[in-house]
Amino acid sequence: MYNYTDFDHDFVRSRIDQFRGQVMRRVDGSLSEDEFKPLRLMNGLYLQLHAYMLRVAIPYGTLNGRQMRQLAYIADRWDRGYGHFTTRQNIQFNWPKLRDVPEILDALADVEMHAIQTSGNCIRNVTADHFAGAAADEVEDPRPTAELLRQWSTDHPEFQFLPRKFKIAISGAAADRAVVRAHDIGLYLRRNAAGEAGYEVVIGGGLGRTPMVGKTVREFLPKADLLPYLEAILQVYNLSGRRDNKYKARIKILVHETGLDELRGQIESAFAVQKAAFKGVNPAVLAEIEASFAPPVFNNTRSQALEAALSSDPVLRAFVDTNVAPHKNPAYGIVTVSIKTIGQTPGDATSDQMRALADIAEEYGHDELRISHEQNVILPHIRRSDIPAVHARLKAVGLASANIGLISDIIACPGMDYCALATARSIPVAQAIAIRFDELRLEREIGSIKIKISGCINACGHHHVGHIGILGLDRAGVENYQITLGGDATETMAVGERAGPGFEYDAVVPALERLLDAYLKQRESAEETFIEAYRRLGVTPFKAALYPEEALDAA
Amino acid sequence: MAKPFSPKVVTANDLMDGDAVWLTAAGTWSLKADEALVLDTPEDAARALAAATAQQGQIVGAYLADIALADGRPVPVHTREALRTRGPSNYYHGKQETAHV
Repeated sequence: MYNYTDFDHDFVRSRIDQFRGQVMRRVDGSLSEDEFKPLRLMNGLYLQLHAYMLRVAIPYGTLNGRQMRQLAYIADRWDRGYGHFTTRQNIQFNWPKLRDVPEILDALADVEMHAIQTSGNCIRNVTADHFAGAAADEVEDPRPTAELLRQWSTDHPEFQFLPRKFKIAISGAAADRAVVRAHDIGLYLRRNAAGEAGYEVVIGGGLGRTPMVGKTVREFLPKADLLPYLEAILQVYNLSGRRDNKYKARIKILVHETGLDELRGQIESAFAVQKAAFKGVNPAVLAEIEASFAPPVFNNTRSQALEAALSSDPVLRAFVDTNVAPHKNPAYGIVTVSIKTIGQTPGDATSDQMRALADIAEEYGHDELRISHEQNVILPHIRRSDIPAVHARLKAVGLASANIGLISDIIACPGMDYCALATARSIPVAQAIAIRFDELRLEREIGSIKIKISGCINACGHHHVGHIGILGLDRAGVENYQITLGGDATETMAVGERAGPGFEYDAVVPALERLLDAYLKQRESAEETFIEAYRRLGVTPFKAALYPEEALDAA
Repeated sequence: MAKPFSPKVVTANDLMDGDAVWLTAAGTWSLKADEALVLDTPEDAARALAAATAQQGQIVGAYLADIALADGRPVPVHTREALRTRGPSNYYHGKQETAHV
């Protein structure tokens, strides 16, 4: 876990003092809203439909028990007793009062957290694989790189007013759990033939109104070249990215309009200049960052406690089946805590649940917690023999749902229940889907599937890369939902295909029932997942299930 | 031919707590949508919006929202505006929480 230096502490506190003054001047009338808005956004404060919303960064999704407990405290003291974990490894508080925000920021700073650069046209919270440092398939922990990038990008004088926001994600594993190819810059930690670590650099990915799969701009970048190379990319983008049209301002459009090869040439030229001037990261700073992510001291004592408990407890067995992933240490498991209890809001945790997670992490999990882009919480280092005890503790606070990777493990953005940009609600759609398939007792039968819901074209809910994507739109003041099929958020990323005309709010769940019924009828075996069946059969049988009237007309 | 003007109200968010508010006939801001001043002509709407926007000390982001009339009271025609009159649908938070008091 990275600990703030004196410099970090001073910087964060001075930003809060500045913001406190700005709030005061807004309230006393010396600042207009036009003047104040960019200032509050720089500090993560949005104005939504019913209240302000404070977006707090959880850098690369990593936090400890003390930090989680402080989030619970903030939720109780200044909000409504809960927080919403987002697809960008942030937490959002939905009900803060303007006057309280500087105090909330102070409470965050007390545990080395902040809301800086969670909005605005700057480099946002750097995200990473939520299994970082624990996954069995990992080449190297991506978090030291992510922390280096956080320090480099925070208050970077040249990159505070980019053409548009800028998102970086990094993965150090074979499987891509960080949707790397949907980011402005994506990094994969790789080893070259000589065994040296470096990065495959991807640019121009993104979802939103123009979804694009990121393209590899450099197959292998030596580790030491990372900062000058990223400076080069950002410089080229800062100069050439479009500022005339907000909807064409992301780097993906620049890559698309300029062409990858031409842009690569520009980046390499800028890189040559940068590299010559770059003296390297201070080795002491680098060593300190790397040391702070050293793996915990694992307890390798063998025990059959889990196996014994599994044989007599089917509920625990179901939990381990879906919610526990292989750890690099065979005596350990990675436990994903589902924040998708059926019928509840995806990603919302109460303050009691947050405190329980903090306690469990401290007692059983080497004091580590992660937030995933899929809006769940991960206990990355749980000794397998402790899983029965952890499961019992989770059950006591309503967090033991055994549904990771199943139909109720849905990503949903806040949608029109909260968000000022939204064109339709997402949360109640997710709730209704989860409840319906639970009533039908079909969740386990259907098996592995990713449903992702966005309440507007900006795609915070990653609908394009859901096996089933749902996009809520506005049709003359009424909610209407488009369904896309065949998206993929992993290393084989693909943008889903729109199935046809949209559905009214009440027609979404019945449409999904028909769609999944078609899958169950046409799959080759119980082992063939929805996405595999879709890839084998193509879109036609699923379209026919979604639009039975048209199938009838054609017949 | 120009589309006939549909009646409107001026709405915004309260500066201090961000809650949705509506401009009343008295020129004050109400937390209740059905207390909003109904604007029947484009001229009235433009004038009311300009006056509302000037009240920077109280509100943020004033705009005109379409309404329909039910028993002489304004009701929102857009789902988004309807949600603003009551609060989110996943919790009993926001206006709906205190509406019965």
